[in-house]
Amino acid sequence: MSWKKISLVFLLLIILVYTCFPFYWAIVSALKKAGTGTFIVEYWPSEPVLKNFIYVLNRPAFGSTFFNSFLVSTLTVLFCLLIALTASYALGRIQFKGRTVLLLGILGTSMFPQVAILSGMFELVRSLGVYNTYQGLIMSYVVFSLPFTVWILTAFIRDLPIEIEEAAMVDGANSYVILFKVFLPLMWPAMVTTGILAFIGAWNEFLFALTLTISPEVTTLPVFMASFRGESEFEIPWPNIMAASVLVTIPVLIVVLIFQNRIVKGLTAGAVKG
Amino acid sequence: MADININTVNKYFGDVHVIKDVSLDIKSQSFTVLVGPSGCGKSTMLRMIAGLEDINSGTISIDGQVVNDLPPKQRNIAMVFQSYALYPHMTVFDNMAFGLKLEKRSKDEINERVNEAARILQIEDYLQRKPKQLSGGQRQRVAIGRAITRKPKVFLFDEPLSNLDAALRVQMRVELAKLHNELEATMIYVTHDQTEAMTLADDIVVLDTGIVSQKGSPLELYDRPNNMFVGGFIGSPKMNFISSKILSKSSDATEVDIMGMSKISVSKMSASSSEGDSVTLGIRPEHLVVNGDADGSWESKVFVVEKLGDVTYLYLEKDGEPLVAETEGHSEIKVGDTVKVGFPAGRCQLFDSSGQAFK
Repeated sequence: MSWKKISLVFLLLIILVYTCFPFYWAIVSALKKAGTGTFIVEYWPSEPVLKNFIYVLNRPAFGSTFFNSFLVSTLTVLFCLLIALTASYALGRIQFKGRTVLLLGILGTSMFPQVAILSGMFELVRSLGVYNTYQGLIMSYVVFSLPFTVWILTAFIRDLPIEIEEAAMVDGANSYVILFKVFLPLMWPAMVTTGILAFIGAWNEFLFALTLTISPEVTTLPVFMASFRGESEFEIPWPNIMAASVLVTIPVLIVVLIFQNRIVKGLTAGAVKG
Repeated sequence: MADININTVNKYFGDVHVIKDVSLDIKSQSFTVLVGPSGCGKSTMLRMIAGLEDINSGTISIDGQVVNDLPPKQRNIAMVFQSYALYPHMTVFDNMAFGLKLEKRSKDEINERVNEAARILQIEDYLQRKPKQLSGGQRQRVAIGRAITRKPKVFLFDEPLSNLDAALRVQMRVELAKLHNELEATMIYVTHDQTEAMTLADDIVVLDTGIVSQKGSPLELYDRPNNMFVGGFIGSPKMNFISSKILSKSSDATEVDIMGMSKISVSKMSASSSEGDSVTLGIRPEHLVVNGDADGSWESKVFVVEKLGDVTYLYLEKDGEPLVAETEGHSEIKVGDTVKVGFPAGRCQLFDSSGQAFK
């Protein structure tokens, strides 16, 4: 092996360790007993125990917040894709005045940090009477994932050959048929990619969930995890939190692994004309 | 069945005037070819008939009905695209059935029509395949099949053969001609390939920068071009153009000079011309007589010889573009030889300084 290759492999190893270590550390910590043992550095758990996982799974709020997270994330993805698909068809295919301005505006909205619009969003959610409801959460998540989704799908639709659309028009298809029967089947890679990103975004979101919900019947997993308390106010129950982190990550991992092939295709599809 | 009348139609793309006051009558069941160099507006014309492009003024009617504001699906047309434009995620069968399904036809009828089209086009074996599993020629057949199944009054073809290789193009050309006879439908066909135009058309419409330069049967255009543009566009290799002068005029003929070497009396007239006017003499390579006698002649050196087997093309030195002459396949003439080319008066065309033909 040449030096070039060796150094490349070395570099890859560093990156691999850098990205995977936190997750590994979470697993190791989750397998430790609570108490002072938490603070002994161990790269391999000497006495692995499952009690932290059992503790998390036995918390009554775990099941309900898990369900909430799943429901809110899934509905966010569905609404987001539906709105983005119809919007991107118009933005990608119809010539109208102010299209570029509109697209830039959509991109611009995604530049505001969450904290900046938090209080405004809170007021909005309150005035709409959806505070502490699924609708309130879903609405705010859709607002956040839409700009990105619209942009990706617009780029993708622009690259679809115009003749296919014209052929469908001649065949007698209206806009809905073109969008849902002709374009949609061609757009799965882009839909899956943006859908997963929206799902992960909603699944991991903490700030809005904390602000816009109050009761465990509505709130989501990140808020539930933050609510863990130790034996005293000076103790943070790391093993329990780590066990919860691991459990929470698993669904996302499964989703990504299932669709990973399509994600790669989708991320490049919009970029280079194929 | 379906006459198409195009009446003083204009089209602008922004400030660019691409179709200028075009009027055309296309007879029912005829095969009309729109031909011209790229940018002449031929595809735009076709797309306006299809309804994929709005028109700025004038009217287009199909079968007596003005269709200016009708969407494509209400015009009773079908279109075949250059890039085939098949639906990639559907099987061949579904591609051909898509339009029928949208028309809410019964299952039996869809099956019957698709199978009938597949039989005509000999693609019955591929009905369950996806487009990406087909070759270019097969894809083009599916695209044509998709048009046939809907039994439209008018078929529109936008350069359908230009993505195919040369051999397949000739084969599909023959099949298209056969198809036209079989279906007895009105067909409008856009191409930049004048061979396709000559072989397929009942009528050729030559477009030049948005105006109809000439409309007529292939041989009419070949024998009696209205102007230099049509003369140069129809025929391959293209017509030779020689700058000349009118030496004298009689009641039924015009005498012009051939590069100062000879003169020839062509029995064509133009009322507006007079002695001493500059004119252009046009003659096709295949009509020049190499080393033989004719009404006028000219001598020059050969600088390129192209042997094609059946014919040989000689490129002769002339001011401006070379003069191309056709001679027999097994010609002994070599580069550097001096040859005499004869001009038969009956084959010569004359064009005035604005490019209009003498009649």
